[in-house]
Amino acid sequence: MAENQYLYQVARIRTKELSLLSADFFEQLLAAPDDESCIRLLREKGWEGGQEDWEEMLSRERSKTWEFMKELLGDTSVFNVFLYGNDYSNLKAAVKSCKHPAGLFNLYLQQGTVPPETMQKALLENRFEDLPERMRQPAKEAQRVILQTGDGQLCDVLIDRAALDAIYKAGKASKDPFLMLYAEITVACADIKIAVRSMRTGKDGDFLSRALSPCASLDLERLSQAAAEGQEEMIRYLDGTEYHEGAAMIRQSLSAFERWCDNLLMRRIRPQLYNAFGLGPLAAYILARENEIKSVRIVLSGKRNHLPEQWIRERVRETYV
Amino acid sequence: MSIMENMGVVLALLGAVIAALAAGIGSSIGVGMTGEAAAGVVTEDPSKFSKVLVLQLLPGTQGIYGLLIGFITLTQIGIMGGSADISLIKGILYFVACLPMAFVGYKSAIRQARASVASISLVAKRPDQFGKAMIFPAMVETYAILALLISILSIFGINSLAV
Repeated sequence: MAENQYLYQVARIRTKELSLLSADFFEQLLAAPDDESCIRLLREKGWEGGQEDWEEMLSRERSKTWEFMKELLGDTSVFNVFLYGNDYSNLKAAVKSCKHPAGLFNLYLQQGTVPPETMQKALLENRFEDLPERMRQPAKEAQRVILQTGDGQLCDVLIDRAALDAIYKAGKASKDPFLMLYAEITVACADIKIAVRSMRTGKDGDFLSRALSPCASLDLERLSQAAAEGQEEMIRYLDGTEYHEGAAMIRQSLSAFERWCDNLLMRRIRPQLYNAFGLGPLAAYILARENEIKSVRIVLSGKRNHLPEQWIRERVRETYV
Repeated sequence: MSIMENMGVVLALLGAVIAALAAGIGSSIGVGMTGEAAAGVVTEDPSKFSKVLVLQLLPGTQGIYGLLIGFITLTQIGIMGGSADISLIKGILYFVACLPMAFVGYKSAIRQARASVASISLVAKRPDQFGKAMIFPAMVETYAILALLISILSIFGINSLAV
């Protein structure tokens, strides 16, 4: 009976899905001569703002999604897992503000579960109890690292690992198949990206054991070992996992692999288009909106910087609808 | 007049009540579910009201069938007028005759509601496919109608039995 709770909400989402950007619309954006024409096309689709700064337009669209979810559900905490990435990104900025107290406030992302001001105040005044429990330990450790060693990279690694652990734990705790799938794909793809980057920059196994977050679909020991032995070994290992299609992308470039990861998520959530019950369609809508905002940003920045259409096309993500 | 002497009419009445009750409960759950989904679509697009209303009402028919079986049983056993002198065997037979509508009515109303909710989603996205969207939940109706038929045939058949 639990899945019958969201009948009204899913029906509204079905109508809202009609206004999601389609692959055909992205073709129009790609064919547009410049970013201003793209913004004009987006305005025709109901996107607002962007006269001065298109980041403001994208931020407004993201806010619209969350306001809509709040209207539908009242309490959106069930989807907090989607905001953990922003929270931990803000935590990085807050930790670094301990070393450089001025001028970092514009680095904070507004869409999160913890207000950036609270986070910054907690770090500056050592009031870790003001942070959610999942953030206290990584915040303390990262602050110690940045103040004692000034090693920003290690600080980022610690926080990124904590973010992945939190996403995985929240996905599991939700017991919702969709959120569990999201957590699994997010953590596994992030682990692969970390392994590829560390392989290319010659990081050791110790670094990987600190950076990689456990998940069910990857054997971290084998992944670390493969990363130490080189690209071919890494691809051979991934060929035996459910991420075998992405392994070929690693040969092309890391950005091609990142695009594949985002596309994989879209493909896995697409069955929610035909599901009339439960939380899945709502969660899929949030991810679809995030995905289209990401693609629009790629197109707009590509157009503004006069990059070739092919370059932009290779980076635009698959659409949900 | 002891209760045992009237056990026949008691059982027959129980059958009529169960048929109306179970099918009615199934329909109210079903129409409630589809109503929620229909309201969601109309919130975003009021022009789809008439289409989703038809889909909302589909799981309501089982309640009407249950009412019909209950009404026929009441007239056959003399509760609505005439003699209510029913033998125990006939009472049991009337009770059993009402069960197909009770069980199938309850379950099919809820399953039909799920099909209707899915069809409401379909209409929300593709209103031009309304005709096809109607067919999916209507298929579930077949089994409610079959149960109605067997209950009606049984109730009318019992009357002519010399038991």
